[in-house]
Amino acid sequence: MNTVIFRTIAPLIVAVMVVFSVYILLRGHNEPGGGFIGGLIAASAIAILGMSSSVWAVRRALKFDPLAYAGFGVFIAGLSGLASLFIGAPFMTSLWFYVELGDTEVALSTPMVFDIGVYFVVFGTLSAVALALEDERDEEEID
Amino acid sequence: MGPSLDVSVILVAIAPFLAAALAPAVHRFTGAFAGWFLAIVPAAIFLFLFGFLDEVAGGEPVRASIDWVPSYGIGLSFLIDGLSLTFALMISGVGTLIIVYSGAYLAGHPHQGRFLGFMLAFMGAMLGLVLADNMLALYAFWELTSVSSFLLIGFDHARQAARRAAIQALVVTNLGGLALLLGALMVQHLTGQWDLSGVRETGDLMRLSPFYAPVLVLFLLAAFSKSAQFPLHFWLPNAMEAPTPVSAFLHSATMVQAGVYLLARMTPILGETQAWMATLTVFGGVTLVWGGFSALKQIDLKQMLASTTIASLGLLVLLIGQGSEAAIAAMVVYFVAHAFYKAGLFLMVGVLDHGTGTRDLTALGGLMRKMPVSFVAAVLSGVSMVGLPLTVGYLAKEEMYLGLAHADPSSILVLLVVVAGNALLAAVGIAIAMRPFTGATVETPVPAHEGSFGLVLGPLVLGLLGIGVALATAWFGHDILEPAGTAILAEPVESHLTLALDLGSILFWLSLLTWALGAAVYYQLDALRALLRRADAVIGWTFDKGFDVLMFGLVRMAGAVTRFLHHGRLEVYLVVVFSFFAIALLAPWLTLGGLERLMPPSALGTWAAQWSWSDLTVYEWAVVAIAIIGLVALVIAQNRLVAILSLGVQGIAVAMLFLLFGAPDLSFTQFMVEILSVVVLTLVMTRLKLDERDHRPFEDALRDGTIAVLCGLGVTLLLSTILTGRLDNELSGVFLATSVPIAHGHNVVNVILVDYRGFDTLGEISVVMAAGIAILALIRGQRGAGRIPLPPARSERIKGMVR
Repeated sequence: MNTVIFRTIAPLIVAVMVVFSVYILLRGHNEPGGGFIGGLIAASAIAILGMSSSVWAVRRALKFDPLAYAGFGVFIAGLSGLASLFIGAPFMTSLWFYVELGDTEVALSTPMVFDIGVYFVVFGTLSAVALALEDERDEEEID
Repeated sequence: MGPSLDVSVILVAIAPFLAAALAPAVHRFTGAFAGWFLAIVPAAIFLFLFGFLDEVAGGEPVRASIDWVPSYGIGLSFLIDGLSLTFALMISGVGTLIIVYSGAYLAGHPHQGRFLGFMLAFMGAMLGLVLADNMLALYAFWELTSVSSFLLIGFDHARQAARRAAIQALVVTNLGGLALLLGALMVQHLTGQWDLSGVRETGDLMRLSPFYAPVLVLFLLAAFSKSAQFPLHFWLPNAMEAPTPVSAFLHSATMVQAGVYLLARMTPILGETQAWMATLTVFGGVTLVWGGFSALKQIDLKQMLASTTIASLGLLVLLIGQGSEAAIAAMVVYFVAHAFYKAGLFLMVGVLDHGTGTRDLTALGGLMRKMPVSFVAAVLSGVSMVGLPLTVGYLAKEEMYLGLAHADPSSILVLLVVVAGNALLAAVGIAIAMRPFTGATVETPVPAHEGSFGLVLGPLVLGLLGIGVALATAWFGHDILEPAGTAILAEPVESHLTLALDLGSILFWLSLLTWALGAAVYYQLDALRALLRRADAVIGWTFDKGFDVLMFGLVRMAGAVTRFLHHGRLEVYLVVVFSFFAIALLAPWLTLGGLERLMPPSALGTWAAQWSWSDLTVYEWAVVAIAIIGLVALVIAQNRLVAILSLGVQGIAVAMLFLLFGAPDLSFTQFMVEILSVVVLTLVMTRLKLDERDHRPFEDALRDGTIAVLCGLGVTLLLSTILTGRLDNELSGVFLATSVPIAHGHNVVNVILVDYRGFDTLGEISVVMAAGIAILALIRGQRGAGRIPLPPARSERIKGMVR
């Protein structure tokens, strides 16, 4: 897997994949997509990056432990459900806000925050597993 | 009777917890005076409760309630009647003295603040227990007393004996706690009442219920485990590992009395039946005699007192079992007397321990001059324990004999047991109050000195109370005994306590007999001890050892079961899981008529005519063909990598089917999952260093193949059968109709995932994360085994060198 072509192209592919995954995540409420698929795409990107460069470099690029992303995801998903308690509605009642940005109207909602949480969980967990498995290969190569 | 009363009564149970939380801080700021400061809380509670005395004595129980779980009709309700007030006054009153004593006893101990906090938390739990009217609240406080007892016994957690004793007490009392919960739920189910006062009004309902026997057994188990009745008594002597104030407060005066309280509480509900009277009398009697003899065996003063506590608890249970007016009156008086003298003696033993460095009865003597205040306190409590006139102990003993002195054979037997038990207790009382202080002076590990004011205050006050309360006979009878007895029996009880000696009465002669026997045992104490110890050595088995055998057996059995189920062989796990999956699919399908539905016997002859090739288009057939090619390649593949890739091919084909039949979200996800599966499986293969080829023997391949075919067949048949019926699309219709107007989303699948069924998804993502953590633990666990991963910087450098 360590051909020059792959190593050169991989970061570009990965960048495109990550952007695409965010696009899939955000359009999910109205078109095919959503947090789960987006997270899978982003995790695939991380797996590719791990194959092309060293796992250590990927971990450094991620800044946090992949599982911390997953934990953050569960956290904000749960938190988004709590927001409705402030208006006296039951847990996880969805709230919607519309923000005017120039000519476009942007919808912000608690389900969107929830979906972002799902994205992080799937992304974090699968990246953690993939990197841990790839890590082992690295060590063998060192040996 | 406004809400302020409700709140203030409930505060009685809450305030000690608040004080407990503040205790460490109070200790930090006030240092040596922490005990005095914190004692303000129980003292205030005592005074507050004391104010209810007149009202309750007038026959007016005080009720307080706030909503707790209103949706289930459960309120946090409290009831102050004669019984709960008597207990609550003892708990807060003795508690005040004990907190002061603890401050002095543990002076300079680094964790004194924590200790005082545990003590106050326990007191809150105990007050809640006796005041609670709601059975669930009673159970919650009951368990809280067990937990605080665990913390206090194990306070000196560096010692193994303390840890073991704490766990043993927790196990035994929690057994009872679970029984109590079960019993409470059954009572609620049978009567429809959560409040004990409500249950009491149902009259004979419980006694006539067919479930009377199991409910009785559950409540007795709860009471007996808490109050250390034979054969569950063994945890109490071990609990003496706790610091002395704990032994005085929890394991004699209050917590162990919770079982007695429960039995007294349940008397109007479960009592007065043949089974109740017989069980309580027999177990109480056996416990009384057992405890009395155990006490003779000991030389450690605390152990002696612990054994006599067991005996006294047996006596109380026996009296409740007798259930007559005089017996119940005796039980109330004896509870008060016992709390005074036993707590007093325990505290005095603590002072002795503090002042001499030992509490071995045979290593103490002639301390009268060096510790005069302790001596006075010991004698005051001792005479009450012996039951000499002018003490509460005397009143209790007279009342007991009054309740038992009947002419029928069984009563005489019980009377003999009680006289013998009282005589043994009297002997131990004399021994503890006299031996250390009289006779020749013995050299002690620490030069003997009197305790500080905070130390001697408690035992002295308790000793004086044991006599002072007795002197106020009329007040005691009217304000304490009558309301408490009335609450237990649910009918008016009249006090006939008197300090007068009536030489013409049989009761006086029974008392005289008790004292004579007690004195005789005291003079033969050393000989009896040697005799009993020899007998013990011959038997060589104790309940304590039995508990260990049981616990280790439990651990071994759990280990065996775990090793049987978790053998660690992945292959067998998978075979078991998928075999059961196949059974779960096929067994219901076959037994519940799936075959007849899918292929009715009437149509059996014409199935060929009914068969039709589905009208798929060419490219749809092409996708099916790809799936089949992937499957065939997977089965015949010799190389593992080829097999993994073939699986991916087959999965992608299925994803394409989803796409063609209008499930873009599903197919999208399936694509990504298939790709990641191939990547991860390949990584796992290299990670596990598997051979390129699969070397399973033919039998294994046959077994796995059969299971796979059965699973596939099961899913196919089940789905086919489901599709022959009419699918209920109502829910889909609702989702489709409402997803835009109320959920603002056009993608119904996504709306269901993040909004309609968001709670499910929240659970699922938590599971995903938990699974991720487990996988990482497995990977790292296997990697571990002595090899520490290199720090990043170093491994990078090494990598550079390698390249």
